[in-house]
Formats: sequence, structure tokens, C-alpha cells
Amino acid sequence: MAADTSAPTFNGRLQRWFDVRGWSDITITAPFLWLVFFFLLPFVIVVAMSFAKSTPTAPPFSFGADGRLLNFEGYQRLVSDDLYIRAFLTSMKNAAVATGVCLLIGYPMALGLTRVSKSARSLLLMMIILPFWTSYLLRVYAWIGLFSTKSWFNRGLTSIYNAFVPQDWALNSIQMMNTNFAVVLVMVYSYLPFMVLPLYANLEKLDLTLNEAAMDLGSRPFRVFWDVTLPLSLPGIIAGGLLVFIPVSGELVIPGLVGNPSQPMIGRVISDEFASARDWPMAATVAVALLMILVVPMMLYTHFDAKAHEKKAVEP
Amino acid sequence: MAQSIAAQPTPVKAPPFIRVEDVSKSFGTFKAVDSVSLSIDKGEIFALLGGSGCGKTTLLRMLAGFETPSSGRIFLDGQDMTGIPPYERPVNMMFQSYALFPHMSVEANIGYGLKHDKMTDAARKDRIRDMLDLVQLSQFGHRKPHQISGGQRQRVALARALARQPKLLLLDEPLAALDKKLREHTQFELMNIQEKTGVTFVVVTHDQEEAMILSNRMAVMDKGQVKQVGSPTEIYEYPNSKFVAGFIGSISFFDGTVLSVAGGLAEVDVPAFQTKVTARMIAGLAPGMSITLALRPEKIGISRDRPEGVNTLPGVVDDLGYFGKDSLYRVKLPSGTVVSVNSVNARRVAENERVAAWEDTVWLSFEPGAAILLKS
Repeated sequence: MAADTSAPTFNGRLQRWFDVRGWSDITITAPFLWLVFFFLLPFVIVVAMSFAKSTPTAPPFSFGADGRLLNFEGYQRLVSDDLYIRAFLTSMKNAAVATGVCLLIGYPMALGLTRVSKSARSLLLMMIILPFWTSYLLRVYAWIGLFSTKSWFNRGLTSIYNAFVPQDWALNSIQMMNTNFAVVLVMVYSYLPFMVLPLYANLEKLDLTLNEAAMDLGSRPFRVFWDVTLPLSLPGIIAGGLLVFIPVSGELVIPGLVGNPSQPMIGRVISDEFASARDWPMAATVAVALLMILVVPMMLYTHFDAKAHEKKAVEP
Repeated sequence: MAQSIAAQPTPVKAPPFIRVEDVSKSFGTFKAVDSVSLSIDKGEIFALLGGSGCGKTTLLRMLAGFETPSSGRIFLDGQDMTGIPPYERPVNMMFQSYALFPHMSVEANIGYGLKHDKMTDAARKDRIRDMLDLVQLSQFGHRKPHQISGGQRQRVALARALARQPKLLLLDEPLAALDKKLREHTQFELMNIQEKTGVTFVVVTHDQEEAMILSNRMAVMDKGQVKQVGSPTEIYEYPNSKFVAGFIGSISFFDGTVLSVAGGLAEVDVPAFQTKVTARMIAGLAPGMSITLALRPEKIGISRDRPEGVNTLPGVVDDLGYFGKDSLYRVKLPSGTVVSVNSVNARRVAENERVAAWEDTVWLSFEPGAAILLKS
């Protein structure tokens, strides 16, 4: 629709805008608004709340109740009370171990997926995704059954353990319920697909001719993996690692159901502060701290990664 | 043609450097390579030429060790290669896609194979520098493969493959990824480097010109079988089958019957010519045999007047194309058959001045030696 050049009507201008950049503006704006309303705004509220004072009101916090607009009490408690520090350390340790084990199990799985025939590949991928069709909670409850002292799983592990240790150390059953071992095991089980799938997507793109070239130049198969496949799959390892590490470090349900109650993880602390203690500012403070711990290293990585790419692009 | 550039093969009576003995390779029911036997001499550039799916790449991959022959054996320098994995063969390959390691610098790519050889760091560095000099990339050692041009990548791939001083270098379509101009330049560079290093080259290509220019000898392959082995001249001038004759260069085929055989010449009746023509004999011809007579366009003369000689045919110019250095005429014979004739424009012609124009009556002629007889 050619707008009249002497006096462009509103409709004409709208039409023009729509023709030139309407669709691209709309497609960018929609997710942008989504992020503003459902991520940025709640995040700002949480950050603000972390500087509020806990008061017996509804909602249970207020600003400037004791004459100060900003209250740093929460952050002071965060670094002085070792409950929080211990919870952070437990969370990070469990998350790191779970991520590491996921990588150790997931990498061969992903590599195997790229090496089997196309039909077997879709079947195996299906099997990896299949557990998602069952409720996550249900699967964690299933593990509780397996951990119980009379289950075949526990008895099997116990007999394996007994076969390898001196008679004096023999056990009737292994205490698995309410241990960190159980927490890490269920985390690995639940989050393994988040490691396998990005790794598979990365490994699948790798050019197998590179492996042949390395082999042609004298490398044995393991050396080929070490020199070619592993370094080139680093982006997949990082992606999978983040996808597992981030949700696992804030995990609430798994430690709540199978974990050791005296060794709380940080998700549990946030939940308790919020629901039981009704100390919303403290809950917000811990949540902000957790976010910082997770996001800051990631942002640094992205920053340096982008810089490295920039450097590459600029070089003639 | 430029086949004279390539050195003529020297007759070596020593046992062949590479011996491919009755090698076959099947993938399921598909026979990719079918009873191929070849001998390749030391220091040769040997080309495997054929269309896609002819088995040339499979044969190359068997030489490299990436595929195992279903039957038959391959010997390299007297050693049976059966069961020897790629990483233990004194053979290196230059891949069609170059397969440079994207996360390593040019230097690291070239030095990669040297890591496995027992040599001091200084010796390794020297070797990398020598290879960079050889392919004229001394300035680019620290670049990553994505920071250099396609032609430079090709040279890195060559340097990497030559760094370990292999007994045999395999090149899979070495020039296919380069543009025309660069390809011509690189052809000669490849030949120079081969001469300098003395390494035996086996080149796989689908490009007949590339094979002709590069190689001392070549094997023309079709459907897993070797159809003919010979020097570029032999393959071009003395093809032994319709397939080989048609695969290399352009050529016209005419069916005929042998009338008589005498003094190294055969008289052949060609219905399309509506006359009998004389052609050079091939072994095993007898009067009454049906054969195919093949003529290359550049070996047919064209003139307005009837020339002297044995094989002259009248015709009318049906179509013509001017290409600058030469002109292509399509001449219709009285039988309706169209013959392609290529005539070099040896002197500069004025506008519209040609040997012949459309609808002109012309005479075609060819020497008895120019016609190729092929048993049908």
C-alpha cells in the first residue's frame, strides 16, 4: 500500500512499518516481554526483598521499619552463620559430583549413540527420553523403594560389598536412605538426559573424517579420541555440564525425599526460610546468593568466549 | 592435449612398489570394487579415474587401511598390508575435505603426525618449518585453518600428509574444492612437490583433464572394475573400449563392418558415412566382424574443397560454435548422421570469415591412424 507522500495517514504509516520491520519487531518483542514479566520483574522483586526487614505483617516484610530503607542483615547472616555456608558447600559438592558422574556415564552414551546405525539410534534416543513420560516425583519415590533395606537393589549391593570386604565388616544391609550417596545417585539418574542430549547433539556434528585423518597420521584409537573428539566436544561438555549443574545445585525435591535432613542443601534452606520460618527476606537473600554463585562464572565464561571469538574474527 | 608435460614412465623391471592383487570389496550385496589388479611403480603419480560410484575411492581407502578388502591382497614395498591398521601403515592421505583439525594451528596440524615419531623437539620444529617452506606457507604457521583461504588449506593438508615422509601418498580429489584458476596453478605445484619429494602419489579423481595432466599412468574405472591402465597418451589415443574412449574427451561412435584387412589397415563399411573408410588395424580383426569406429572431433579436418586422401566425406554445416581458440562444427552427412569437428583457429580471422558457415557444403577428412577401431 503506497502511502500518500504529501500527508501520510496513520494507517499508511502503520502499514509501512508493518511491511518493513513489523514481523521482526513482533517476533523479538514477544519473548522479550515474556522475559521482562516472568524473569526480570520477579528477580527484581526477590533482590528488593533481600534488602527488606522481616516483620510480623502480611506479607511478612517491610522496608524502613527500623529507620533504614535498606537492610543488610540477611547478607551479614549469610556470611556469619555457618548453616548457610555449610548448605552452600553441600549443594556445590553434591552438584559437582553429580555433574561429574553424569559426564562420565553420559559421554560414552552420547558417543555410542553417534556410532550406531540410524534405526538403533532413534530407538536408543527414545529410551533416554522415555523416563520423562513418568512423573519426576514418582521416579524419586521409586528410588525410595529401591533404597529400603529389604529391596533387591539394596540386597544386591550389600552382597557385592560383602564379597569384597573382610568378614568382620560384613553388613546385613547398606544404609542408603537419607544419605548424600542417595541424593547424588538420584540426581545422576534424573539429570543424565540433560547431559547426554547436548553432548549427543555436539558429537553428532563432528566430522568423522577428522578421526580418520588422525588415525592416518599415526594415532591409535584412544589417542584419536583424546586429540580430536574430546577437544572438539568441549562446547557440548560445557553445555551439558551447565544444564546439569545449575538445576542440581538448587535441587529441592531429591534431597528432601532421600537426603540427610541434618545436611541440608541450599534449595531446602530457601524453602524452609520461606515456608517454615516465614523469613522472606532471608529466603530472598539466599536465593540471590545462589543465583550469583551460578550466574557469575557463567557470565565470565560467556564473556571470555565471546572475546576469543571476536579476536579470531578480527585477525586477517 | 597437455599429456606431454607429464614425464613418460620409465620402464622399471624391478618388482612393482605397490601391488594390488585381485582385490574385491563388497558392501552387503553391492560390489564396490570387483577383482582389481594393479601395479604401481615407485615415484609414479598414478591416477584412479572414474565417475562417482566407480569404486575409486573405496580402492584408495583400502590402500590407506580404512577399509579391508573382502578378498585379494595389497602389497606395499614387498610388505603384505592385510590386517595392518591405518596408524601403522607408511601411507598418508590427503582428504578431499582436507580434514584439517579446526582446533589446531597450521603448525600443529602439520606436526600432528610427527608426535608419534621418535625425534627431538628441535628436529620436529625443523621438519615443520621445512614443510611450511615447501608449500610456501611460512607466514601462516600460527593461523587456525579457518583463518586461511581454501587454497592455503589445501596446501596445509598436503604438507601434513607429507610431513611423516610416507612411502605412499594418497590424494582424494585433491583439487576438487578449488576454483578453476587456482586448480590449474595447484596442479603444477603438486607435480613439483612430487618431483622434489619423490613420494609415490596415487590420486583419485573424476576429472579426466586433471588425471591426464597430473599422472604418469592412470587406471580408468567403471562399476568397480579397472577398464584400462596406461599412460595418458595410451588412454586417450588407444582406448580399448567404448567406455574408456567415451569417458576421456569427446568422441563420436559409428557402427561398421570390417570388409578387408591388409597391410596394417582395415577397410570398414560404415553405413552412417554411406561409404567405406580405411582405419588402422587392431589385433584380432577379421572380415565380416562388426566393429565400432570412433573419431575424436579434433582429428577430423574440415575444408570447402575435397582434399586429397583416403577418407573424405561430404556434408552440410548444421551448427557451429566459435570458442576463440577453436571452433566446433556439427556437420550433417547425407545419411542424416551429425559429426562433430573441432578446428583450431590457427590464424586470426576477420568478422564473419570462417572455414565454413551455416548450410555450407564442406568436406570432412581423417587419416587412417586417426580413427579408433573398437570391437563391439
